[in-house]
Amino acid sequence: MRFRTGVLVGLVAALTAGCTLAGNTGNNGPSTVTLVTHDSFAAPQQVLDAFKQQTGITINVVKKGDAGALTNTLVLTKANPIGDAAFGVDSTFASRALSEGVFAPYTSPEADRGPQRYAVDSEHRLSAVDLGDVCVNVDTTWFAGHGIPEPATYDDLVKPEYRDLLVVENPATSSPGLAFLLGTIARYGEQNWQSYWTQLRDNGVRAVAGWEEAYGQDFSGSSGKGPRPIVVSYASSPAAEIGDNGKPRTKALLDTCFRQVEYAGVLAGSPNAANAQKVIDFLLSQQFQATVADNMYVYPAREGVALPTSWTTAAPLPQNPASLPAETVGAGRERWIEQWRSLLGQ
Amino acid sequence: MSRTGLGLAALAVLPLGFLVVFFAWPVGAILRLGFVDGGVLDALTEGETWRLAWFTVAQAAGSTLLAVVAGMPVAYLLARVRLPGVGIMRTLVLVPFVLPTVVVGLAFRALWTDGGWASIILANAFFNVAVVGRTVAGLWALLDSRAEDAARALGASRWRAFRSVTLPALMPAITSAAAVVFLFCATSFGVVLILGGARYRTLETEIYLRTENLLDLTGAAALSLVQIAAVLAALLLGAAARRRRESALRLRSRRETARRPAGGEWLVVGAALAVLGLLLTPIVALLMRSVSTGDGWSLDGYRALSSTGNDGTLQVSGWEAALNSLRTATDATVLAMIIGVAASVLLVALRRSPGRLARGMGESMDAALMLPLGVSAVTVGFGYLVTLDALPGDLRRSPLLVPLAQALVVIPLVVRTVLPVVRSIDDRLRQAAATLGASPGRVWREIDVPLTARAVIAAAGFGYVVALGEFGATSFLARPQTPTLPVAIAALIARPGQLNNQMAYAACALLMLVTAAAVIVIDRLASGRVGEF
Repeated sequence: MRFRTGVLVGLVAALTAGCTLAGNTGNNGPSTVTLVTHDSFAAPQQVLDAFKQQTGITINVVKKGDAGALTNTLVLTKANPIGDAAFGVDSTFASRALSEGVFAPYTSPEADRGPQRYAVDSEHRLSAVDLGDVCVNVDTTWFAGHGIPEPATYDDLVKPEYRDLLVVENPATSSPGLAFLLGTIARYGEQNWQSYWTQLRDNGVRAVAGWEEAYGQDFSGSSGKGPRPIVVSYASSPAAEIGDNGKPRTKALLDTCFRQVEYAGVLAGSPNAANAQKVIDFLLSQQFQATVADNMYVYPAREGVALPTSWTTAAPLPQNPASLPAETVGAGRERWIEQWRSLLGQ
Repeated sequence: MSRTGLGLAALAVLPLGFLVVFFAWPVGAILRLGFVDGGVLDALTEGETWRLAWFTVAQAAGSTLLAVVAGMPVAYLLARVRLPGVGIMRTLVLVPFVLPTVVVGLAFRALWTDGGWASIILANAFFNVAVVGRTVAGLWALLDSRAEDAARALGASRWRAFRSVTLPALMPAITSAAAVVFLFCATSFGVVLILGGARYRTLETEIYLRTENLLDLTGAAALSLVQIAAVLAALLLGAAARRRRESALRLRSRRETARRPAGGEWLVVGAALAVLGLLLTPIVALLMRSVSTGDGWSLDGYRALSSTGNDGTLQVSGWEAALNSLRTATDATVLAMIIGVAASVLLVALRRSPGRLARGMGESMDAALMLPLGVSAVTVGFGYLVTLDALPGDLRRSPLLVPLAQALVVIPLVVRTVLPVVRSIDDRLRQAAATLGASPGRVWREIDVPLTARAVIAAAGFGYVVALGEFGATSFLARPQTPTLPVAIAALIARPGQLNNQMAYAACALLMLVTAAAVIVIDRLASGRVGEF
């Protein structure tokens, strides 16, 4: 029995040893740039490998939640940053990152190929990488089947024929939810947005915590096959819902879009700033920009980058999206969220 | 200091050191950031704060009650019933526990769209029936059934015999399990967020919102203080309940106590099976989703597990994520076992010692060890970010950070599983052995180790499962090169497209499979000759 116990213990120890993370160390040499980003970051390995070939720089990606969590992480760690560069602070949170001095000035030579159109900061601390417009999406099949015309504008959504059809995300817990709220504020102004939302509420809008529930479960046009044919999602979402006939099953309403720009910058206090700048150049380069549509469902900030063919019909870039200045958003965000919460009784 | 005193002090260094470095210091640092701006008192006196506290405690208490009521028949089934299939149920009951909360939240939403607070309580209980079932069964299986048989022979009804003989003996395990479940439910995050819509909020979801989204550290600090106070109050209540019930028990092996049910016992078995059936409902719904597409059935989701998802959603394949999960959980469990067992031995020694001071220290340490279960993962995660760079090698960037954070959650469970058994060893056994000339080491080897080995292995198994399923701290700290399965599942489900969705549910199936395999291996170890006598 002693012997068997010994064998058992030995076996467990052997298994355990092969089954541990100890010994894997993080690579922190000067040729490695740590890029802090949000959970939605995705890039093809070949493109990252090609960048390494050209420059000798390895990009070590660290993800920190959504754009809000990312920004707050950067603010809290600014004394001793957890990375060298950051990508994913969006126009909603840019003013917080800038006023807290998270980023160091850097003007990329690539920045005048289009990204300059979305500049937020005279010191050039943030470079625009992509646009992730938030729009109302509709399930075209549902509307065709029910013989009801599709809605097109914000005003349409409060009409009685669209009663109980819309699902939105809580702006306190979801970034598309916040973008949609900001879109209505941009459209109706500080004075009137609350009365618009009162009408939405009376017209049976459903507010849920996150995009996963709204789009994945309540929306009838996604694989979840939910009950509601109108949802707040992204301008690009229809590109992911293309049926076997090659036609999209859903459509973004281009008059209900709010522009969210995602930025990248070099973190102030990075000991590896020179290489971090090269990573910013890379994020703005043709090479990387050509991947953002397929990999992150966003539109490149650089001019002259072709969108995937399916996007040109299913998910064209909205031409006249609403937007609000970063400082206005920074100043009003929390107040608006509180007002929204009490308005929706939540 | 006496030799035993020195020994105890040496034993205390490990758990206390770990707790200070990986819990007290980071949490303290985040709270301090909230305090420097002032205004914590104002936030504390807001009516909103107390409404949140009330709802948090109420839903946690409701969920705990439901988990205990549903878990007791399951515990009976696992501990006392000799029927084919009980072994499989021991494994099955743990499966819900590892599922990512986002998946379970979505599954409950699919079954019951506007359930409100009732669905929050159901979902919390769903996760935690296993905690009650397995913890209580662990003690019940070892309980000498002859006292109950004697009561029956003297004319007591089955119910009366259970109530006055068995139940009091089980109380330490029940209160232990209830305390753990209460803490899990009080800090339950994903479930409340998804099922509460935007209407039901708890201290935990509000702390998350204030820290992660609004960067209102003052408000978050105030809420964290309330959370810690509520958790401490619950722990003290639990400790008081345990103290009254404590007694030495005669422990036997399961082989002697398990038998075929008879008469009214079948009712209890039926109830246990009903509970297990209910636990399986969301799981079956989830498996269905992993194979259903817009137009029929397909195994594409499972095939996709060897890929990185649609358009590189993940940096690794589903299989690699599974491997990462196993590795991380192994590290976390080994760490938690070393610290948890040391802490259990220390706690028992302190409580047995004659001095009031030592006993008081034991009580405080017991509570301190449990506290990490009751503090928001967001608070701990952000605390790590602002403190751990001070340690050599900037631990914030180390892959070991995830197992360290997971160990923090596993240690309390190890202590709660091992401690009741260590405590219930009749000290007279040790005295007898010592009288017969055994050295202290030999007493430990011949009495303590065999009697507790099963509980220790069971704790390791349960801890492993907890680490496999841990999501809050892991999702905050995991690196994208090495995501665990729950983190990968959440990433997949957050993307549009049918394939990602199917792959997410297929990954859930894989996670359940991995869990079941781990539980079977560990249960096999526990039921081997080790520990039986």
